[in-house]
Amino acid sequence: MKLITAIVKPHKLDEIKEALQAFGVQGLTVTEASGYGRQRGHTEVYRGAEYQVDLVPKIRIEVLVDDSDAEELIRVIVSAAATGKIGDGKVWSVPVDSVVRVRTGERGADAL
Amino acid sequence: MASAITTLAADAPTLSAANTGFMLICSALVMLMTPGLAFFYGGMVRVKSSLNMLMMSFISLGIVTILWVLYGFSLAFGTDSGSLIGWNSDYVGLSGIGITELWDGYTIPVYVFAVFQLMFAVITPALISGALADRVKFGAWVLFTGLWVTVVYFPVAHWVWGAGGWLFELGVIDFAGGTAVHINAGAAALGVILVIGKRVGFKKDPMRPHSLPLVMLGAGLLWFGWFGFNAGSWLGNDDGVGAVMFVNTQVATAAAMLAWLGYEKLRHGSFTTLGAASGAVAGLVAITPSGGAVSPLGAIAVGAIAGVLCAMAVGLKYKFGYDDSLDVVGVHLVGGVVGSLLVGLFATGGVQSDVAGLFYGGGLEQLGKQAIGVFAVLAYSLVVSAVLAFLLDKTIGMRVTEDVEVAGIDQVEHAETAYDFSGAGGGAASRNTAAPAPAASKKVDA
Repeated sequence: MKLITAIVKPHKLDEIKEALQAFGVQGLTVTEASGYGRQRGHTEVYRGAEYQVDLVPKIRIEVLVDDSDAEELIRVIVSAAATGKIGDGKVWSVPVDSVVRVRTGERGADAL
Repeated sequence: MASAITTLAADAPTLSAANTGFMLICSALVMLMTPGLAFFYGGMVRVKSSLNMLMMSFISLGIVTILWVLYGFSLAFGTDSGSLIGWNSDYVGLSGIGITELWDGYTIPVYVFAVFQLMFAVITPALISGALADRVKFGAWVLFTGLWVTVVYFPVAHWVWGAGGWLFELGVIDFAGGTAVHINAGAAALGVILVIGKRVGFKKDPMRPHSLPLVMLGAGLLWFGWFGFNAGSWLGNDDGVGAVMFVNTQVATAAAMLAWLGYEKLRHGSFTTLGAASGAVAGLVAITPSGGAVSPLGAIAVGAIAGVLCAMAVGLKYKFGYDDSLDVVGVHLVGGVVGSLLVGLFATGGVQSDVAGLFYGGGLEQLGKQAIGVFAVLAYSLVVSAVLAFLLDKTIGMRVTEDVEVAGIDQVEHAETAYDFSGAGGGAASRNTAAPAPAASKKVDA
């Protein structure tokens, strides 16, 4: 099993969600995040005082998938998230040892 | 003063239901300015000290109301002694005042005048609090507020508005409180911050406003309430002067907002919401002393000048290194000085009095009087406020510890958190709740 994590632009969430649903993903977790990459931040001005705001709002999407689906799912997320402009984000996957569905106690692939 | 009208001349004023009703509404409008100010300031601080900022204004509605009733009204508007202070034992506790007794030469009851002026006394110390964001012990602030109104506001209100007060007798024009309220609060703010010092991280850490919508809401409430503050200060509507004041309040505020926005667009590249809100308040401050003396075109000039000068003034704290956190000096002191002095230039001589300013053929005389009023209030408030802050700092201490300030004053001084948007929230197990769940009624180790 793999945990796929995507850090994307907030306004792309709905498109990504729809693409994942079309692919057959049963569930996902979304958190609000902030950070920066090459995009860096922006400047804000309050009564003439300029602040460099480094951390840009992002959305973090996490999906647990079977190993065989991982590569294809990453492609789905990337194509839904891409705008071609700087700041589009990143997607990565890491191996997962075990998963338990809390309600039933099912383990492994059955719990996905 | 009240006794002056007991001799019933043929044209002695009688109680006007219209003016009385109008003034009660104006009093309520001015009351609303203090919560408005709380939002204006509260939105401008970081989230960790936002409740404290709200409370510093709100508490004034408590403490100053009580002090005003007990002795403040008497000190400010009692019978003059030495042109410096008033006293009238009938006003102590507002207990010796007849319910139909009219205020000195006017058509409204003394009670109405007293409650209208009460609202001014409430908001003035609240204005100071914006300079002291994030770092003052709440108890020390409450004590400061009580002492400050007693030795600064009540006497200064007497100087400016009380019959026999020395600035009043000198002929200083201050329609609704440019000197007594705004210069007074702004100078006090400067005096206090010179004593207590800067916030931890001033000029280093980002200190962005946590909620500009709250700031806009506060500015809107201030603008709305200010019509009562300004138009009501004529204490009636028998000659149209209050209506002129109402119009000028709107006009100057509009001009100042546009001027501030124009300045910052040229200087910093953007039209900001904080600039719009700040410009509006700067205009309201500047028209406060002057709106009964100028024409609507004059009000545009007053607003525009104040908008630009205040927008420039808020940068001075970074240059000189004093932490006027939310620009009480930059907006209220500077705006108050600008508005008060501009009376000497733009007074038409055709509205509240026949005194004309320099641009209307009146020469420099009124400008000189205005300058005396400005300087007297500024110097007195600055010095006495600094001394008060110094004494409190040396005895009970004015500032919270650095740890508390960095962690956020709300948690320690008020034991609350401003916003709980997250489902996880604080998530702590409850202790000492009024109604513990039955199963958990045994003592639980928290």
